[in-house]
Amino acid sequence: MSAPSRTAGGARVTLSDLRIAFHGVPAADIDLDVPPGGIVVLLGPSGCGKSTILRALAGLLEPESGTAELDGEPVAESRSQCAMVFQEDALLPWRSARRNVEFALKLRGVARAKRRGEAEELLGQVGLHDFGDHMPGELSGGMRQRVQLARTLATRPRVLLMDEPFGALDAQTRSDMQQLLITVWEQQRTTVLFVTHDVDEALLLGDRIVVLTPRPARVARLIDIPDPRRPGAQFEPEFARRRYEILALLGDSPDSALAASSA
Amino acid sequence: MTTRPLPPPARTTTPSPAARSRGETGPRPPTAAGGRRRIGGSRTSGRTLGTMALKTALSVAPLLAALGLWEVLTANEVVAWLSFDKLPGPAEVFSTFAGQLTNGTYYQDLLSSVRRILLGFGLATVAGVLIGMAVGRSRIAHAALRPLIEVARPIPAIALVPLAILVFPTGEQGIVFITFFAAFFPVVVSTIHAMKSLPTVWEEAALTMGASRLSVLTHIVLPGAMPGIFSGLSVSMGVAWICVISAEMISGQFGIGYYTWQSYGLLDYAGVVVGMLSIGALGFGTAWLVERIGNRVNHWLPRAAK
Repeated sequence: MSAPSRTAGGARVTLSDLRIAFHGVPAADIDLDVPPGGIVVLLGPSGCGKSTILRALAGLLEPESGTAELDGEPVAESRSQCAMVFQEDALLPWRSARRNVEFALKLRGVARAKRRGEAEELLGQVGLHDFGDHMPGELSGGMRQRVQLARTLATRPRVLLMDEPFGALDAQTRSDMQQLLITVWEQQRTTVLFVTHDVDEALLLGDRIVVLTPRPARVARLIDIPDPRRPGAQFEPEFARRRYEILALLGDSPDSALAASSA
Repeated sequence: MTTRPLPPPARTTTPSPAARSRGETGPRPPTAAGGRRRIGGSRTSGRTLGTMALKTALSVAPLLAALGLWEVLTANEVVAWLSFDKLPGPAEVFSTFAGQLTNGTYYQDLLSSVRRILLGFGLATVAGVLIGMAVGRSRIAHAALRPLIEVARPIPAIALVPLAILVFPTGEQGIVFITFFAAFFPVVVSTIHAMKSLPTVWEEAALTMGASRLSVLTHIVLPGAMPGIFSGLSVSMGVAWICVISAEMISGQFGIGYYTWQSYGLLDYAGVVVGMLSIGALGFGTAWLVERIGNRVNHWLPRAAK
């Protein structure tokens, strides 16, 4: 059997002067180019509007001005190519893990007879071979996020939008999930836009980190990571240096704390 | 392309200590809240015969006590502030009931009432859910229909009997309409509320996976709203019985309400009580049915009844 969730390759994401506002109050104002097949992390203080950017890309909200394009086409016309993994429990609680994945396959137009096998294979890919018949309520938080990832992959997205997907997990589960994401991404080479407020997570996952300003979210700095996702990178001085640099940008470094206390 | 599956966090239903310490504890143990038959062992294993007997006694004792009180009051023809001297006792009611069991029209009465209930309640369910979904999700439908619903809602269905007699060609249709009218509002109101309390993330996830509007309605909104809809259906079934019986008493031909009223006219008080108890039994049966179906549909709720 061929790999069930092979994508047509990642798409290039271009945000040009994208402006989003709620009731006239600007929430985000951003220019960004994401190369196809890359992992780009949007990093910013919580509440800065990073999720808002993802939601505009997913077609869940209408930008005030500017464009969001996938390979040069407006996202509104390619909604199903931008699938999103949410931080909250987005699984349908009345469907078993497998039937949640099958629902995504159905939406992609997979024939009924083929859905079960594909769903099992996708669940296997995220390490949940034997859990297809479990209801979401019977699974742990980490396992539910695995199912959500499998379900999202089932749509063969060309862009995977991840909105703090591991934010509610404990440290060890989160680390496992980051590893799982890298493994899956290596097979799919889909474009990933990952939102987090966790600097370590950003440094571990991204080719490029987009540090955002507090609301309205603007690009404060682009940081390219040479040789990204190298095992053990987090123990090297370079990692600590970047970490410090980003924390300083976010106003969270010892320097800025010192400045604040002396002021 | 090779797929390289990661090892599962826990393969068996009893996770290894290592898996447990990693925070992925495998499926939760089947508890009263989360577990269901599928993963639990024998359902009665934890429940001893003694506690089951106690539970049965707890349910039956008040019924027997009520029966006993009835017997004492009527057999002694107690007349204090309330008069029990003309009231039929349990034995008389039972013999009337036994007589009715061999009487074809009794069954016809039961059947008529049940048919009216099923028709009125069924129509109310379909219309209530559809209109409730429209009002709960569309601003246009909300603006257009909500005032109409709110004006019509306080009108007791039974007050429509004179109009129903005027408008409908047969009394039968009038009774079904009154039942429908009564049953409709609890369904529509609970559906509207269910629409408003639906978590948005389910719908958003489906939309980003490419779901159409129709697909969202049938696969997300409707199943997600079922717990709320069923609480409306339970109320609705009770109201439907009240109204079908009242309507039958006023304008019916056949039906258990008609039978009860006829018995009263013939001074057959035992028959009145047989009618009342028949209504009770039918109402209990239909309520049980709604609850059973609700539990099946909403089996995924954390507190679903076993």
